Amino acid sequence: MSPVVKSKGERFTIPGKYLLLILTGICILLMILTYGTSVFDVPVNSAVGTIIVPFESGISRAGEWLRNRKDELSSVQSLLKENEELKAQIAQLTEENIILNQERYELTDMQALLGLSEVYNSYEKVGARIIAKDTGNWYTSFVIDKGTDDGLAIDMNVIAGGGLIGRITKIGPNWARVTSIISDGCNVSGQVASSDLTLIVSGDLSLNDKGLLSFSQLSDPDGLVVKGDKVITSNISDKYLPGLLIGYIDTIETDANNLTKSGTISVATDFSYLSTVLVITDVKNNDYE
Amino acid sequence: MIQKILIAISIPFFFLLQACVFTSLELGNVIPNLMVLLVCVYGFFYGEKTGAVCGFFAGLLMDIFFGEMLGLNALIIMLIGYVNGGFSGLFYAEDIRLPLILITLSDATFGLMYYVSTFLIRGKIGFTYYALNVICPEIFYTLLVSLVIYPILLGIDTLFRNYRIKKERESQQNV
Repeated sequence: MSPVVKSKGERFTIPGKYLLLILTGICILLMILTYGTSVFDVPVNSAVGTIIVPFESGISRAGEWLRNRKDELSSVQSLLKENEELKAQIAQLTEENIILNQERYELTDMQALLGLSEVYNSYEKVGARIIAKDTGNWYTSFVIDKGTDDGLAIDMNVIAGGGLIGRITKIGPNWARVTSIISDGCNVSGQVASSDLTLIVSGDLSLNDKGLLSFSQLSDPDGLVVKGDKVITSNISDKYLPGLLIGYIDTIETDANNLTKSGTISVATDFSYLSTVLVITDVKNNDYE
Repeated sequence: MIQKILIAISIPFFFLLQACVFTSLELGNVIPNLMVLLVCVYGFFYGEKTGAVCGFFAGLLMDIFFGEMLGLNALIIMLIGYVNGGFSGLFYAEDIRLPLILITLSDATFGLMYYVSTFLIRGKIGFTYYALNVICPEIFYTLLVSLVIYPILLGIDTLFRNYRIKKERESQQNV
């Protein structure tokens, strides 16, 4: 007699082996169905949005508090030293700022003359708080406390501290997941600001802890790109708005094919200390048809 | 019944603990894997079926928020819960070595399976690097945390076991 069949007076139970088989089947089916599609996104994301997310915002405050205590313990000495350095830096920057301001007036005049508008500042932005971070150690993504109810949508770009952070890859009514550009396997089409040469910026787990990204496919036969050059998102990227700061060139090497160059970029923003981000609510328009 | 509800609530609770609190307490760029720890312990306490079901829902929760697709974490952690359930016959409350060994092996298995299914598949070959910089530190940190969490889970479990024994005795006396 099959062990699944219910006999008289006995409670109905499924043997472990059958349960394992059923659950494995469900998992594989889910993987096939959700790989590249988003069939379950709306119901599942709304469900967890109502049950889990309200707790996340509260508990993440506790997490922040703990982190601050941890940092306080370890950083008094280094803060004093840093304070000195920063004071010196402020003096230097104030001076630079005065010069830059003068140049900006000139630039605005010129732009008005040419009919160009300021690109970077004209994007509409919404602030959001990070309420949860990736539970694994392999990828870098986080959850923010705003979703479709606040007018956000998939593929919106996220910035913080003046630099690009990533884009929204999953969304519920009151939460959204942001996959960061330093996440392994995440690619961004960028360009070197000074020379308009394009390159591909990719996240790499082995470079994450040093605050670096890798780049490749930079075609630079004249050697125009040097260490310290600014890298921004390119005009040809389909997901990212043009002109967002990614970082600065750290190392450059010529590839084995002698045609392209690759190397590393130091990221503009410190990803480990993020707590609030700005979401750009403009989405790159790809309707060419 | 109360115990079942408690188990069901503890899964999202541990998920929140990991996603919101432990992400701020990273050591050497690594956070502990509480989900594997919890599922491993539940499998060890309550057997194959509970382990598998808990693992399935714990993994699914990770997939919904942070996975590229649903089901991958669910499958891996469900299998871990099931296998750990096989050791439930060897459960003795006094023995802390076996659960710690099981947690170590479970976390290592999780790291390995996750590496193969998401990194190796994309052609990221340097296994030694990932083993030394991600998998091993994660196991170490998870073990450290389990030294605190395992006694708590064991304490709760012992309470329920004692309560059940007491109730059985009472019903026997009544008969």
